[in-house]
This record gives sequence, C-alpha cells and structure tokens, in this order.
Amino acid sequence: MKVHLKYNYPQLTKKIIQDKLSELGYKFKIIGFGEFVFLEKIPTEKMMELTEQFQEYGIEVVENQKSVLVQKIKDVIVEMVNSEIPLNVKSSVHIAEKLNLSYVHLSSIFSEVTYTSIENYIIIQKIELAKQLIINTDMNLTEISIQLNYSSVAHLSTQFKNNTGMTPSAFQRIIAKRKEFTNNNS
Amino acid sequence: MTTEYINICLADDDQDDRLFFTDAFDELKIKTKVSTFNDGVELMNYLNDADSVLPNVLFLDLNMPKKNGLECLLEIKKNENLNDIAIAIYSTSSSEEHIEETFINGANIYIKKPSDFETLKKILAEVVTINWQYHTSGLNKDNFLMRM
Repeated sequence: MKVHLKYNYPQLTKKIIQDKLSELGYKFKIIGFGEFVFLEKIPTEKMMELTEQFQEYGIEVVENQKSVLVQKIKDVIVEMVNSEIPLNVKSSVHIAEKLNLSYVHLSSIFSEVTYTSIENYIIIQKIELAKQLIINTDMNLTEISIQLNYSSVAHLSTQFKNNTGMTPSAFQRIIAKRKEFTNNNS
Repeated sequence: MTTEYINICLADDDQDDRLFFTDAFDELKIKTKVSTFNDGVELMNYLNDADSVLPNVLFLDLNMPKKNGLECLLEIKKNENLNDIAIAIYSTSSSEEHIEETFINGANIYIKKPSDFETLKKILAEVVTINWQYHTSGLNKDNFLMRM
C-alpha cells in the first residue's frame, strides 16, 4: 500500500540536530534555523565526527564566510516564500532589514557565490512551491497564486512559463503521466 | 562553493555540434568540466563504470547511431545509481507529442537545437544555472522540468 508523506523541514532538521548534539554530549543552544552554538569547548575530532554524522542527513556545516551569508539570505527567502502572510514591504527591503546589511552588498555576494541574482532565486523558490502545491494538493491555480502572493493568476502562469518553458497545466499533466509511466514500468 | 565545478557530459554523434556545445560551455560564468561522447554506447559504458565521475547534467542528442538518446534515457532512469543526474535532451524535432514523451520518459530538460551560437550560450547558461540552484539548495529534482 502506498503512503504519501509531507515534510515539515524546520521541525525535521531541528529534531535531527538536537538528537545528534545530545548524543555528542556537549552543551549547546540552538539559536535559529540552521544555527547553533556550543556552550563549552569542543575538541576538533568531535567536531569532525559531528560533521560526518550530519553529512549522512545531507546537513552541511558551512564554513566559508560568504557561503554563510548566502545561506542566511536563502533561509530568509525560503521563509518569506513559504509564509502565507503577505509582506507589506518590498522583498529587498525585508531581506536587508532581516539581515541588517545593505541590499547592494547582499546582492553582490549572493550573485558571486550562486551565479544567480536574489530576485531570480526568489522566483525559483516560488515556482518550486507552486509545483509542490500543484502536485500534492488539489488547490487550483487561482488559490495557489493567492497563497504565493501573486497579483493575479495570470502573473503566476507567466512567471511559471518563463521559468520552466511550460504552463502550469502542461507541467501537471506531464508529472501525472510520468507517475503512471513509472508505475507501469516498475 | 565558488570554486566548485559543474560536471557535464555531452553525447552527440555530430562533431560540429559537439564543438558548438563545448565552445558555449567554455564561455559560461559557471565553471564546467565537460566530457563528450560520440554515441550512446560510449556514453553508457562511461556511466556504468564504477570509477567514472558522474555528471550533474547530461546533454543527450536524440539522434545518435548504435544507441539513440531515448534508449539511453530509458536505461539511465532504470539505474538507481544514476538518479541524481539532470538529463537534458536536445533535438531538432519540435512536435509536442515527441517533447512530452521525452519528459514522461524521465528527461528533465528539453532543448530545441538553436541555429546560432549566442542563443545556444543563453540556453546552456540558463540550464546550468538553474540546475546549480537545484543542486545547492536541495530542491526536488523530480520536479525539475524545463523546456527551452
């Protein structure tokens, strides 16, 4: 029998990190999504052990300062896109305020590290969420466009098409046929 | 992250096309390492070799002798070890049915072969950049579909 799952990533990752850190036995405090601090000194080999264990979960310890910043920007963006509460400021203002750095500075580092712009990354995340909603829920496009804070369903469709080269309905149809195809062939 | 390479494989029986593509990759901002193959059999031998460095993105010409792009696609999708590769099929054909078929068979990207170099560069830049975002942000590759 087939079982479908939905993941709450913040909860999932927090639990993994808490469990692993508790196993390790050193005092720690989780200070935010993707950030925790050790409250006592930890020997390098233990840190390496932890890093390896995290890797098994696909959790990567970010070391390079620019990459750390980029990851923070991405976290703010993902939170923004997934939040159902519409922003009352421009996303650039929101991101700059959240991270307390100028948007120009943030943009420059983001582009350098990721080869794309913050604006484009926001669109990628929005379209990604749209795809998930299309596949995993029976929300229609209008409802999805509202949840994702698009000014209209046409705006969502246009951005979807610009990003993927196909309309949301073509996407939905292809994914459905693909599932059928893999089911028939496995 | 800034010095990471994207590993690319390209399978195309046409020497001019192979050159077209590798020149385009050379001019991209993102650093790429490209391996080229002349036909489907050569490609699959490489992919099935345990020592090979698997590509992040594979560009497959539909029309190749010995083993064509579709046969390669089907073989790759059956192999769990090759699951992480984003597959881009390109072809001169543009029939809707044909295109949908390649997606249904597991391709992530469909590219209609452009006739000029600048357009090709733009297309490759977009494909490689978006694939890079999927790769570095843990996005669901099963939903990665693009049509250029």
